[in-house]
Amino acid sequence: MTDALRTTPILQLEGVSKSFGSVIALRDISLHVDVGSATCVLGDNGAGKSTVIKTLSGVYPPTSGTYRFEGVPVHLASPRDALAMGIATVYQDLATVPMMSVWRNFFLGQEPTRGVGPLAPIDRKHARDVARDELIRMGIDIRDVDQPVGTLSGGERQAVAIARAVHFGAKVLILDEPTSNLGVKQSGVVLKYVVQAKERGVAVIFITHNPHHSYLVGDHFFLLNRGRLVESWDRDEVDLDELVRAMAGGAELEALAHELESLGGSTERAAREEFGDRQESGS
Amino acid sequence: MSTTTQSPPAVDERLARTSALTRMMRRPEVGALIGAAVVFVLFTVFDTTGKFASLDGVARWSDSAATIGIVAVAVALLMIGGEFDLSAGVMVGSSGLFLGLLVTKAGMPIWPAIVLTLVFAAAVGALNGWLVTKTRLPSFIVTLATFFSLQGINLGLTKALTGTVRVSGIDQGAGFDSARAVFATDFWDPYKFRVSVIWWIVMTIGATWTLTRARFGNWIFAAGGDANAARNAGVPVARTKIILFMGTAVSAAMVGIMTALRLRSVQAGQGVGQEFTFIIAAVVGGTLLTGGFGSAIGAMIGASIIGMAFIGIAFAGWNTDWSFLFLGLILFMAVMVNMFISRRASGGRR
Repeated sequence: MTDALRTTPILQLEGVSKSFGSVIALRDISLHVDVGSATCVLGDNGAGKSTVIKTLSGVYPPTSGTYRFEGVPVHLASPRDALAMGIATVYQDLATVPMMSVWRNFFLGQEPTRGVGPLAPIDRKHARDVARDELIRMGIDIRDVDQPVGTLSGGERQAVAIARAVHFGAKVLILDEPTSNLGVKQSGVVLKYVVQAKERGVAVIFITHNPHHSYLVGDHFFLLNRGRLVESWDRDEVDLDELVRAMAGGAELEALAHELESLGGSTERAAREEFGDRQESGS
Repeated sequence: MSTTTQSPPAVDERLARTSALTRMMRRPEVGALIGAAVVFVLFTVFDTTGKFASLDGVARWSDSAATIGIVAVAVALLMIGGEFDLSAGVMVGSSGLFLGLLVTKAGMPIWPAIVLTLVFAAAVGALNGWLVTKTRLPSFIVTLATFFSLQGINLGLTKALTGTVRVSGIDQGAGFDSARAVFATDFWDPYKFRVSVIWWIVMTIGATWTLTRARFGNWIFAAGGDANAARNAGVPVARTKIILFMGTAVSAAMVGIMTALRLRSVQAGQGVGQEFTFIIAAVVGGTLLTGGFGSAIGAMIGASIIGMAFIGIAFAGWNTDWSFLFLGLILFMAVMVNMFISRRASGGRR
């Protein structure tokens, strides 16, 4: 790998905007993603996170601005274009087919065949062995690659999808809220795989509204609010408290705290008066 | 985390509780197989002719089952792919009439007419599939529209061209005998098994192979199991579904051709009402109505049950007017058994 390639971000958005009719979903977003690192895109509901994912994964072409892959401007017409370049997206609940076995899911759409054409037989032994080995390499110990994916836990399902993307040469792995529906332990499992993928040289884009999860694995943090990029930090420029505060809206949160305090104060006073009155009348 | 590359143990200790029986029960066609055994024993017991369980009887009900089964196998594949085809029944009639009109009105030899009929069916199937994938309407509605349109065309065109409600005289076409030998003859002499049974078995084997071994089979399960996930994984979902619709239409045309060659004439109303028999055969065979699960062998067993029931009721000397009641009860019981089995096998997860 040359130094130039190492320093060039694998993926870059420069001044990207996206509008749907009169609705401006993204306004002038610039971000970069480096090889072997985890880039976290944070934001509250409606901040524009899903539009960013869909722009990065080729679902939406940007209205204006430049999308660069390995420094070269590209135009993605579909998610298949993105996939062909090595940009894989793992969607929250739309990554695996529950009734199909683990190995069939692992190779879905990229089945290894002995021969050509859609009627060529799948090399099933090879597929089973590779699926099992790849999952073990990611530290996922699946009991039986023939069991339906639907019988796995939510974290394991995400893990299968991540392992699949890494195996098929994803250079960039976009994870859409991978921990949002999971319990604490399961989230930990998924975060571990994020680190594994990172260590294997994959650029991970981690989209989340959970600053705690992002801080455990992230190297860069981009904060979106109302379709704009409001903060951009490297890991050494920010601590968890600051991240949580910024995520929660910083100044807005303080205003909210004051408002609640005054509200709480007045209700408390009202309650005390009420309660006090009763006490007096009762005694 | 250590990255162990050693081969994993052949048997994982956590697998002990999955017994061979549970594994077998996970197969979609188990319920149907039990049902087929029950139906077979039932009609053997009530048989008044003494023939039901003999090769004579088998030849009779396998004939009935084959014409259902050939289409049911394709319908099962389509249902696993997450779609319905209500026009499969009327397609049997449409293709038979199409063949008959080409031969009797256009004076075409049989073989080219058969090829054109199959192309016509594939085109109708492709239209169904294209409409379903483009409009994203439920296939139930789209193919219901196709069903009624074809039914109208069948009757209208037949009456306009022949003045009657049937196209007859198909045997006047050149090459009729060779075509009949391929599609509509019988074999194994004293018993006279129909050649359609062989077509049925061949198509079931082909469909099973496609489902379990081929890439396309993987795409069928994925398209029906979760179309979005399949699309995200790079499966050409729309193309898969269009091909499946073409498959049901072509298999219906096969039956239409067989019937036309066998009877030498085709009624305008041929095949109407059969669409549900195909779906019942698939569902009895363990195919889920919601897609993503099922088998071609199950559809074959389902068609056998229906064939046995139709012939068995006659052999038992019962009034055949009650056949459909029997079909309804079988359907209900099969669905209950399948639900019970799949719940037990998947450990109550679904």
